[in-house]
Amino acid sequence: MKNNELEIKDELKEKSLFNGSLGRRSFLQFAGASAAGMALVAAGCKKDRGYPDMNAGATLDFKDDFGVLNYAYALEQLEAAFYVKVASAPPSSFTAAQKAYFQDIQFHEIAHREFFKNALSTAAIGSLEVDFSSIDFTSATSVLGAAMTFEDLGVAAYNGAGVRIKTDAYLVLAGKIVSVEARHAAYIRDIISNGSFADLNSLTALGANNAAGLDGALTPDKVLAAAGKYIKTKINVINL
Amino acid sequence: MNIVNILEEIEKVDGEIYERLSPRRSAMKDFYSMGKKIAFAAAPLALGSMFTKAYGQTLPTAVVNTLNFALSLEYLEYHFYNHALLGTDVTFAYPTTAAKAAITTIRDHELAHVNLLKGALGTSARAEITYAMTDFTASGTFGDVYQNYLTFLKVALGFEDTGVRAYKGQATVLKGLSVLTTALQIHSVEARHASHIRQMLAAAGASIKPWISLGAGGIANDTGVPQVDPVYAGESLDVQAGVTITGINGNTGVTKAAAVECFDEPLDGASVAVIANLFLRTGSKL
Repeated sequence: MKNNELEIKDELKEKSLFNGSLGRRSFLQFAGASAAGMALVAAGCKKDRGYPDMNAGATLDFKDDFGVLNYAYALEQLEAAFYVKVASAPPSSFTAAQKAYFQDIQFHEIAHREFFKNALSTAAIGSLEVDFSSIDFTSATSVLGAAMTFEDLGVAAYNGAGVRIKTDAYLVLAGKIVSVEARHAAYIRDIISNGSFADLNSLTALGANNAAGLDGALTPDKVLAAAGKYIKTKINVINL
Repeated sequence: MNIVNILEEIEKVDGEIYERLSPRRSAMKDFYSMGKKIAFAAAPLALGSMFTKAYGQTLPTAVVNTLNFALSLEYLEYHFYNHALLGTDVTFAYPTTAAKAAITTIRDHELAHVNLLKGALGTSARAEITYAMTDFTASGTFGDVYQNYLTFLKVALGFEDTGVRAYKGQATVLKGLSVLTTALQIHSVEARHASHIRQMLAAAGASIKPWISLGAGGIANDTGVPQVDPVYAGESLDVQAGVTITGINGNTGVTKAAAVECFDEPLDGASVAVIANLFLRTGSKL
């Protein structure tokens, strides 16, 4: 009886400390995370519940290719959610052609998301909760601006993550997807301002270099920090 | 461009980068201060030659070959666009100033790629390809390439979509190397070009999307130009890593066309060389 009580107390203590079902093992992983990862978690903490909800978070463990693929899966989830919302109710000023191409892009991103989900199988992270409160879906300007952000950031994310991929087939797959994202980016940029399809000077914050003709490339911590305002689910990054 | 950041990134992969660059730390300080002073346009060249000094001796043959292959393609693209802007035998008119500006933007990027790759390869760089070595009519297949704006755009599209496929096809050779990131950064710029050229074609009346779709009757070539079939060989794939993309997980909106559009396919070096050689004169072929 006494022993049981102690055990229960210990369990409770652990729960209050680690906030729910976060296991010892994942806490150790968390504690061992890099400084960049820690900063990211701190930045991603939501204040609305008064405490960091470790239970609902998704962990991207970059120790192997699954981490990189899950990272891509997270970004594709975000993009797909955005385009599903746009395609279901496009801004009224969109032309018929624009509506049709946003339908196309929607299905591209859904296909990317579902591909990663199936390819990762049991190693896949869960579904992310998105936060599009900063986007006015009735405004073409707001929707196009957000679409450009997602596409340019997506390109920089794949470009920056490629070097981490150890398996030939996964590296080629990432290459197969990133050029489609770049095609999207160019199309959306040209709607906003014709001729800005590859305005590399406007992408220097993402690592682009116009003088060398290079597109953006960003490390995952920087990409996730930039995408953070659109993602409610807390993303824990380890072994980056 | 933040050179210091690039060096720090490399240091994560190669802890001895500074030693490779120069055994004397003071020499690195010289480069730092030079980086602040030299013109922006010259920075990639200076950076390229610095890396050549650091890695030039040890760059694996396969990597050198891949970078030289990329350099050949960039030379071709550069001359193709540069001649369209400056050639005295060019008789087509650009329909808008925006169209000419776009071709200028693309030309400038291709030249930047040439210079970047030349700098990275240093003394291992292949011999220059001059305009005189090229034949953008492809022995008459595109006889009016510089007289007919539509023909010009079709050949341009062939170059861009080939370029995208070519870089993808070489990615595994560069796996895990910092130069892979550079190659990927070029690769996505070529994809942006391809998307825009496709939009220019659409504006000129062609039925074509910014992304590579399924061709009429289910063929891989979606351009309606049978002469460029080899550029699109294998592009109609809809199974990726064993996963069927068409209708994936009950998403009926993901049609075969959408499944083809959402993944661009790589092209192996030999197939790319066959395409490139159509535009190179005898004696200058790859």
